[in-house]
Amino acid sequence: MTKVRFPVEATHIVMFARAIGETNPVYFEAEAAERSEAGGLIAPPTFTEAAAQFDPDYRLRPKPGVKWFGSGATPSGIESGPPSATSLHAEQEYTYVRPIRPGEVLTRQTKDGAVWEKASRRGGKLVFRERIHEFRDEGGALVVTARAVLVTPVSSSES
Amino acid sequence: MALKASQLKVADVYSECVVENLTRTQIVQYAGASGDYNPIHSDEVYAVYAGHKGVFAHGMLTMGLTGRMLTNYVGDARLVKFGVRFLSQVWPGDTLTATATVTELNKVGDQDFVELAIATVNQEGKEVLTGHATARIDP
Repeated sequence: MTKVRFPVEATHIVMFARAIGETNPVYFEAEAAERSEAGGLIAPPTFTEAAAQFDPDYRLRPKPGVKWFGSGATPSGIESGPPSATSLHAEQEYTYVRPIRPGEVLTRQTKDGAVWEKASRRGGKLVFRERIHEFRDEGGALVVTARAVLVTPVSSSES
Repeated sequence: MALKASQLKVADVYSECVVENLTRTQIVQYAGASGDYNPIHSDEVYAVYAGHKGVFAHGMLTMGLTGRMLTNYVGDARLVKFGVRFLSQVWPGDTLTATATVTELNKVGDQDFVELAIATVNQEGKEVLTGHATARIDP
């Protein structure tokens, strides 16, 4: 899969930290952060999610000239309506080598992991897919690994 | 303010209210910052059309809020691992409390680590997320 270039910016960290209700100066105030154990501004532990902003193929962002599935004049901008087999986020796990700092440029590389199935209580089955994002720094060193498990319900008629 | 292995024991608990009366605006704020604009989280008209009672929070917003409790407890730049399972939807108006419980204390070489079990519950006491974390701590 394609690599995504993820420039880490201080303002983006501020916006993300505010959204999760943070007040910790280590995300907001350079001088206070330098005096802290972190030794400077860092990003919150789940910040790598925001790499989606830099993924040109990301489906969950409206794009000019492309019909969007959210509402406008009608409840969905796509005639077929909501996709029937949307995947849900079942699990998320981060493994940290070191904190992320503003000013660095990370590269996100995506790997597919395991795929497994379980019978659904509602009939049909649930398909679980593991997706692994590796974030590396400019020197190629691993910084964070983000492992997601996505689950898609498949009805018995579709399978 | 870092945790010290000498002062911790298994079953120690740290807890924080991480959001009170979650607003739709905060969900929108998270959408804007993270880039996840799935209308199911921000577009009430679409969310109802898609079969939900209304918009609900991104799972990753709940994980982010829970992470705030975690870093307040273990300190900055101390996490080695942080993993969760999303168990139930989080709705506007929800109040969430996140808890970390010490499950193990380990030492690898000279470095001490704490293993934590994590649970975040809503105002009804229902678990919306459970998980685990590992952090480097002082001796």
